[in-house]
Amino acid sequence: MSTEVSSAAPEIQVKGLHKSFGDNEVLRGIDLEIGRGEVVCVIGPSGSGKSTLLRCVNLLEEPTKGQVFVGGTEVTHPDVDIDAVRRRIGMVFQQFNLFPHLSVTENLALPQRRVLGRDKAEAAKVAADNLRRVGLSEKADAYPSSLSGGQQQRVAIARALAMGPEVMLFDEPTSALDPELVGDVLAVMRMLANEGMTMMVVTHEMTFAREVADRVVFMDDGVIVEDGSPEQVIGNPAHERTRHFLSRLLDPAMADVEEEVSDQVGKGE
Amino acid sequence: MSKADTHVQPRKQGLTRRQKRAVSRGIQYAVFVAALVALGVTADWGRLQNQFAQADLAKELFPDIITLALRNTVLYTLSGFVFGLVLGMVIALMRLSPVGPYRWLAGLYIEFFRGLPALLIFIFVGVAVPLAFPGTEIPGGTYGKVALALGLVAAAYMAETIRAGIQAVPKGQMEAARSLGFSHARAMVSIIIPQAFRIVIPPLTNELVLLFKDSSLVLFLGVTLEERELAKFGRDLASESANSTPILVAGLCYLLVTVPLGFVVRRLEAKAGEATK
Repeated sequence: MSTEVSSAAPEIQVKGLHKSFGDNEVLRGIDLEIGRGEVVCVIGPSGSGKSTLLRCVNLLEEPTKGQVFVGGTEVTHPDVDIDAVRRRIGMVFQQFNLFPHLSVTENLALPQRRVLGRDKAEAAKVAADNLRRVGLSEKADAYPSSLSGGQQQRVAIARALAMGPEVMLFDEPTSALDPELVGDVLAVMRMLANEGMTMMVVTHEMTFAREVADRVVFMDDGVIVEDGSPEQVIGNPAHERTRHFLSRLLDPAMADVEEEVSDQVGKGE
Repeated sequence: MSKADTHVQPRKQGLTRRQKRAVSRGIQYAVFVAALVALGVTADWGRLQNQFAQADLAKELFPDIITLALRNTVLYTLSGFVFGLVLGMVIALMRLSPVGPYRWLAGLYIEFFRGLPALLIFIFVGVAVPLAFPGTEIPGGTYGKVALALGLVAAAYMAETIRAGIQAVPKGQMEAARSLGFSHARAMVSIIIPQAFRIVIPPLTNELVLLFKDSSLVLFLGVTLEERELAKFGRDLASESANSTPILVAGLCYLLVTVPLGFVVRRLEAKAGEATK
């Protein structure tokens, strides 16, 4: 495994990425670079391939063609130690995916001990530090099932942070939450962005994208349609498809009508 | 059907639905009582009591029936269960392996041992194994042989149960573990299997009940006096005394264990049902 890290190299680099599920080509040639400390929000209609792109970055999905580099290491290289690469990439899922048989502290401590080989005391200390960061110290001994969705997602973020990642991937982190719980999770993500974490966020939260992202990437039908600053992509989109998507998002009353039309044109996920 | 309906629609037949239900239930009770009476009248209770319920004979069975026979039954069952659980786990993992021949072999094993009567397996272990490997002894003597025979059969059933349990753990759990840097094997051991076991505890307890009863097949292996379990013990003493009371007492000893275990299974199932809500 040849690892070349230079300060100029992007933290995440995607080159000519293709991904098919059977006959269904979900990603059709993606090129993307994310610099160190950059926050990039990926937006787009469901079925546009944005989650698949995110999952290709830590190889939860195996790309059909193309390359992905994280911190200078080629993730898509056949001989890569994928477990070692994933230790440097934190991931947060739509459905939280906390381990239900473990307490909150154990959720954070067990991966550190099993994967990083930290001893019990150190793992517990790192767990406590990260629970404090997401404001859930008082839930240390609770089990996931007794927490609200928003609390579970903050624990999931803390669990990823406890591994000391260089990059954080967020896969629609607030889509499964009740509206009133979204704010707490976004606040934690905002804090991370301010601390300089490199973040790739698949989201439908336009306010978050507008306020926190350095760049917004709009995807549709397996390709990147538009890539630029939030003001540019959300405020003043250059492409018809981006305008169309944003207008549907901002005026849900129209969504049903247009959903039927687009269903006839192309099948989503 | 409200009262208003019956007023509006005049009855066509003599009975309403409610009345028909009452009549039907009455007939079911009548059949039940008639069957009881017929049984009570036709059976020769005096002879039955003579043959199966001699109080002084029953007394002589104690304490050996508990300290020896029941104890051996429990030991046979547990040794078979432990061996079966370990083997079942291995076969379940083989069944889920990405390596084709492993999956195929595990499937074959399961079909083979589920398709044969446990009795044949006991005879096979008792006769064929010593013939095939002369000079070698199964470690643990009779206990080892029972663990082998019971375990071979139990493993086939438990493998399918454990496989279903592993597959019932949501896919996101493996993905979360892998994204944290767990290897596939480590994620299985630390994250997936502990959750799968919670799911399969009720069916595995059920399997324990089945094994407890199947341990009676030990008598086909040929055992010493000290190695007798409940069924053999009851049968031996029944033929010594030319009376079947020991069989009845042995049966009660089985129920002493199986009924509470069955109760535990139902409790566990109810709890598991609640947890998944």
